[in-house]
Order: sequence, then structure tokens, then C-alpha cells
Amino acid sequence: MTRYTDPYLAGAGIGLVLVAAYLLVGQGLGASGAFASVAAALTAGVAGTARASASPAVAPYLPNGVASPLTDWLVWELAGVAIGAFVSAWRAGRLARTIERGAGVSAPARVMSAVTGGALMGVGAKFARGCTSGQALSGGALLSAGSWIFIVTAFAAGYAAAPLARRLWS
Amino acid sequence: MVVSTVPALGLALVLGMAFGWLLERAGLGNARKLVGQFYLKDLTVLEVLFSALVTAMLGVFWLDRLGLLDMRAVYLPDTFAVPQALGGALFGGGLVLAGLCPGTSCVAAATGRADGVAVMAGLVIGILAFNFAFDSLNQVYASTPLGPLTLPDVLHLPAGVVVGMVTMMALGIFTVARRLKRDA
Repeated sequence: MTRYTDPYLAGAGIGLVLVAAYLLVGQGLGASGAFASVAAALTAGVAGTARASASPAVAPYLPNGVASPLTDWLVWELAGVAIGAFVSAWRAGRLARTIERGAGVSAPARVMSAVTGGALMGVGAKFARGCTSGQALSGGALLSAGSWIFIVTAFAAGYAAAPLARRLWS
Repeated sequence: MVVSTVPALGLALVLGMAFGWLLERAGLGNARKLVGQFYLKDLTVLEVLFSALVTAMLGVFWLDRLGLLDMRAVYLPDTFAVPQALGGALFGGGLVLAGLCPGTSCVAAATGRADGVAVMAGLVIGILAFNFAFDSLNQVYASTPLGPLTLPDVLHLPAGVVVGMVTMMALGIFTVARRLKRDA
């Protein structure tokens, strides 16, 4: 198994990818937006396109009133993330069918905590208009005030909640 | 914002591949490594996040100064102070439980980790719940709109000074991270 790359080198590389995105596309990287795009298509499927388009939370993901995650930049970007990660892990001998969890935690408990945490992050990312990629990194680098509000509150909540979840990871 | 021309979508795939490759190389597809930051065991996340942020911030700042990048053509997200503070708090709490953020959950899933798939499913569930409860959440969601506000606007400082302050803060975080590594 190859050792992990130096975090500063990997970070600087990600920073350069982000600058390339600003230069070539005019917007930064993101991740939760791709999930929002898929969820918007599902919302439109259940509630009907007309009702979904009337909601300001969904409308931006339904250009011309049509659910189209396949033409959303962020969906393609996140598909790229998955491909890049797969190739990297394959070359490094890190592909593994497993569930990462603390030693004293059962697999079902870990899956439950992952789904619950994911759902909380989903709601949080909607309120915040982005996640670690879109707000903290891409907006933070542009010195957006809201992005820095997100960075501070997300890390503060993370460190405040961590002692309560210690059993999950030890 | 949805960008959807064919060359842009191809570019999205390529930039995403580089992003995913680098996240995996740094070890951020592993939930146990990622939560190490919250127990002060492994600050790799902070090292990667802030070196990426500072690199991009300095890149944009100097490209703009040199006239090579038109800042007006770059999408600056609007600030909504209260919902973004609330969203950050929910997100941070969720991150401790999930062990992965939305981007790294894809890295985990693509490299075989079932917990990554579970986080991705949770994200869709959470966003769907938000969408269907939107009528009662909208008052908070749409509150305190401040437009495309930046830290230099808020602090009444030149952008260069704020860029310097953020760089110094990141260097401080790096010092702590390296000290923890040395003591480990």
C-alpha cells in the first residue's frame, strides 16, 4: 500500500484545481449541490415539476422547469471525483470492500450513524447553500463572509459534538 | 447556479477527477482518519483544507491584481448570515456522526467503503426532507440576506490585509498540526 501524499502538497494541488475552475468556468468546486440536484429531480418526480419549480429551494436545480441532473456541472464534477478517487486508490492498493468504523462499533450501528450524519449534513448544507467544498473551500478562498460564518460554526459544532460521539470512533 | 454547456460538463469531469484523486491521495476517503481532527489525533483534514484554501485565495488575489482574472466573472455566493450559521452548526454535528463530508463520502464510496454509500444516501434523505418541509423552513432560510458580502467589506479592511490575516491563521493551524504529529 502506497503511503498517503503529504497533506500540504495535496492541499496545494486542490487549491490549483480550484483556481483552474474559477478561471475556466467562473465558479468553484462543490459537492452538496450535486446531491441537491439529484434530490430536486426526485422532489419533482414526487411533487410534480410545477409544484417543485415553485419552491425557491428546488427551482435553481430545475432549469427551464425541467429536472436535469445530467446537465448539471456539479453532478459531472462529482462523477469525476468518484472516478479520480477510484483510480487513485486502485493505483495505491487502497481499494477495499469495507466499512470504516471504531473498534467497538457494529457495522449496522456505523451505517445508521452514517445515514443520520449524512441527513443532518444535507439539511445543514441546504440552509448554508453549500458544504465543505462549495462554501468552506470555494467561497472561503474568495473571502465570502457567509462562507467564513459556515467554516466557524461548522468546526465549532464539530468540536462541541465530538466528545458525545467518542464511542463511535474509539 | 447551473452551468450546462457540453465543454463545461467535460471540464467538470476532468477537474472533478483531479479533485477526487488528490482527496484520495491525502487519505480523506477514510472516515476514521477524517474524524481524527475532532479528537486532536490527526489534523490532516485541516492541513489539506487550509493549504487548498490559502493556495486558491492567493492565486485568485494575485491573478486579479495582475489583471489575468476578472473577479466580476467569478461567482461569489451571497451571504445569508443566520441560516448559514445554523446550517454550519447542523453540518458540523452531522460531520462528526458521518465521519465524511459530501465530497469525501463519494471518495469513500468509490474506493469500496460502504459507510460512504450510507452517507450519500443520508445526504439525499436530508435534502429531500428539507425540500418537502420548505414551506415552514423558508422564513429562516431566506432571512438576513446580505448579498455578495466579503470579509474585507465586513471588516472595512483592504483585501490584501485580510488575505494576509487568513494566511497567518492557516500557518498557525499548520504549526499546531505539525506539533501534534511530532508528539504522536
